[in-house]
Amino acid sequence: MKLNRRLFLGTSAAVAATLSAPMVRADGHGKPRVVVIGGGAGGATAARYIAKDSKGAVDVTLVEPTRTYYTCFFSNLYLGGFKSIDDIGHTYGNLAAAGVNVVHDWAVGVDRDAKTVSLAGGATLSYDKLVLSPGIDFVDGAVPGWDLSAQNAMPHAYKAGSQTELLKAQLAAMPEGGTFAMIAPPNPYRCPPGPYERVSMVAHFLKANNPTAKIIVADPKPKFSKMALFQEGWANHYEGMIDWIGEEFGGGEVSVDPAAMTVTIDGEETKVDVCNVIPAMKAGRIADIAGVTDGNWAPVNAADMSTKADADIYVLGDASQQGDMPKSGFSANSQAKVCANAVRGALTGSKVFPARFSNTCWSLIDTNDGVKVGATYEATPEKIAKVDGFISKTGESSDVRKATYEESEGWYAGITADMFG
Amino acid sequence: MAMTFARLSMTAAALLLGTMAAAEDLGDPKRGSRLYQECRSCHDVGRNAKNKVGPHLNELFGRPAASVKGFKYSRSLKRQAAGGLEWHVDTLHTFLENPRQMASGTRMSYRGMKAQQDRADLLAYLRQFSDNPANIPEADPTASAVDHDLAPEIPALKGDPDYGEYLSGECTTCHQAAGSDEGIPSIVLWPEDDFVIAMHAYKSKKRAHPVMQMVAGRLGDEEIAALAAYFGALELE
Repeated sequence: MKLNRRLFLGTSAAVAATLSAPMVRADGHGKPRVVVIGGGAGGATAARYIAKDSKGAVDVTLVEPTRTYYTCFFSNLYLGGFKSIDDIGHTYGNLAAAGVNVVHDWAVGVDRDAKTVSLAGGATLSYDKLVLSPGIDFVDGAVPGWDLSAQNAMPHAYKAGSQTELLKAQLAAMPEGGTFAMIAPPNPYRCPPGPYERVSMVAHFLKANNPTAKIIVADPKPKFSKMALFQEGWANHYEGMIDWIGEEFGGGEVSVDPAAMTVTIDGEETKVDVCNVIPAMKAGRIADIAGVTDGNWAPVNAADMSTKADADIYVLGDASQQGDMPKSGFSANSQAKVCANAVRGALTGSKVFPARFSNTCWSLIDTNDGVKVGATYEATPEKIAKVDGFISKTGESSDVRKATYEESEGWYAGITADMFG
Repeated sequence: MAMTFARLSMTAAALLLGTMAAAEDLGDPKRGSRLYQECRSCHDVGRNAKNKVGPHLNELFGRPAASVKGFKYSRSLKRQAAGGLEWHVDTLHTFLENPRQMASGTRMSYRGMKAQQDRADLLAYLRQFSDNPANIPEADPTASAVDHDLAPEIPALKGDPDYGEYLSGECTTCHQAAGSDEGIPSIVLWPEDDFVIAMHAYKSKKRAHPVMQMVAGRLGDEEIAALAAYFGALELE
């Protein structure tokens, strides 16, 4: 039986079920097929690069539930009032125009033997290579008292969009002199400097709008990314406003009560007005469903981002366990290009070049006070290994910090163009 | 007031330009030469000036837009040129105020010089390099491209553009492939020699930027040549 993919996608779940036999390159096109799940920094980039570089020789389908994707990176700048929500929202029209088949649906199943992905809407997609870039989900029970049903009372705002807007609305509605609490996550987690940039942006907002308000951060870690830079910035810009409670002062001994709006840190209960709970994280659920995770994350081979569990399934970005790279949008974008090159090579015989990775994370502390940290990486048999790195210095001039912020804006424009076309 | 001062202080330029200057609404070329520092990383002007990221600016006044030989212009600017755009004081004022208002897809990713007086001063400076070739003053070219100590075989390496295309993924996370420039400079259609010299200058930490020192530090001679070949030949929309 000859299958037409478009017809196939349009058929009902019942018909699809009858067709769910293995069908590698079985359709009329005879083109190799790649399915990418997740349209963020990893998935959108991989889909775009495979489609662009293969010049139509590979059939690329991107599965992403949201029609407008809000980047997690720069969402803190929205909280601080430096960006609008529309500034960080992106649609998939350019990817579709560039030849990527964009399907707005949830991937709910992966059949590795049949090499098919099933969607919540009932359709089934066949693949020769499957790229998973599902981002993060939260570990159940990570913060006692909190679960996803409490995300309206105590937002995580760690997947950008409505959660970020909710947190901003709660921040704006805080009573004068109120308390903003953040429960910071344990390692490893998405965007290592993210919680601390968020603290900075919340402080920036409060300083202008509610200057007697306080910020409490309960942190299970003894130290955090760019710590010296943030602490210097907090002392310079927001003196007396931020109380960071690290591991040694019981920052990891935390529970919350979303109904009562209380936070208990090391046995001491505090009534708070806003509580941003950022729980421990794990790979987005589809990675688990596909059976390519080991514990919370999906171990991958550094050379091409293929999973240790299945050579035809690749995992990019936050969901992957790859070695030294931080979980960041920049990292995911970098990994996606290595993966795209390898996938295209495997399917079309195009030349595969050695993997190279890089990352830079910019953070904004206050107006025109930007800092950055970055590194380059290489693939070793064991992992993605750091080669060289740099970090902004404390005490830098305001000109340098302003240029760093402007550079971050340039990077944002660059990476979103690289992802979405 | 500002104009009076400017006219008084431009005696040298007036002598050089004769009556042309009086007819055109030009400013202070000395101040213009300082303002030009903003332009020089992309535009060469003066004796032996050559094309860099932007075309050289000798003989700018009176020339048709998009007409410098050997320079790859955007389709957008070529369309304007086909419509008859020539560079004169008035058109240059409009272009410099905001290049994209005149050619929306121009490769000149410069946000624009908003102050009328600044533009007048800058144009007065550039006017000196335009009357005819004999009037180009005895000034060093603004290009720093020739000022390097690379072994001659390094710029002579012929890069593999396919490899460059793959490697360029590391660049396009920040530097936009479409060539626009918001906080991060454009690197597309950079002449290969200049590209190679700049990357080696980052590699040897003669250029200061820490991200670029790190990125270039890991590129070998072949890889720099491949990137230069790729970015130098990129076809733009």
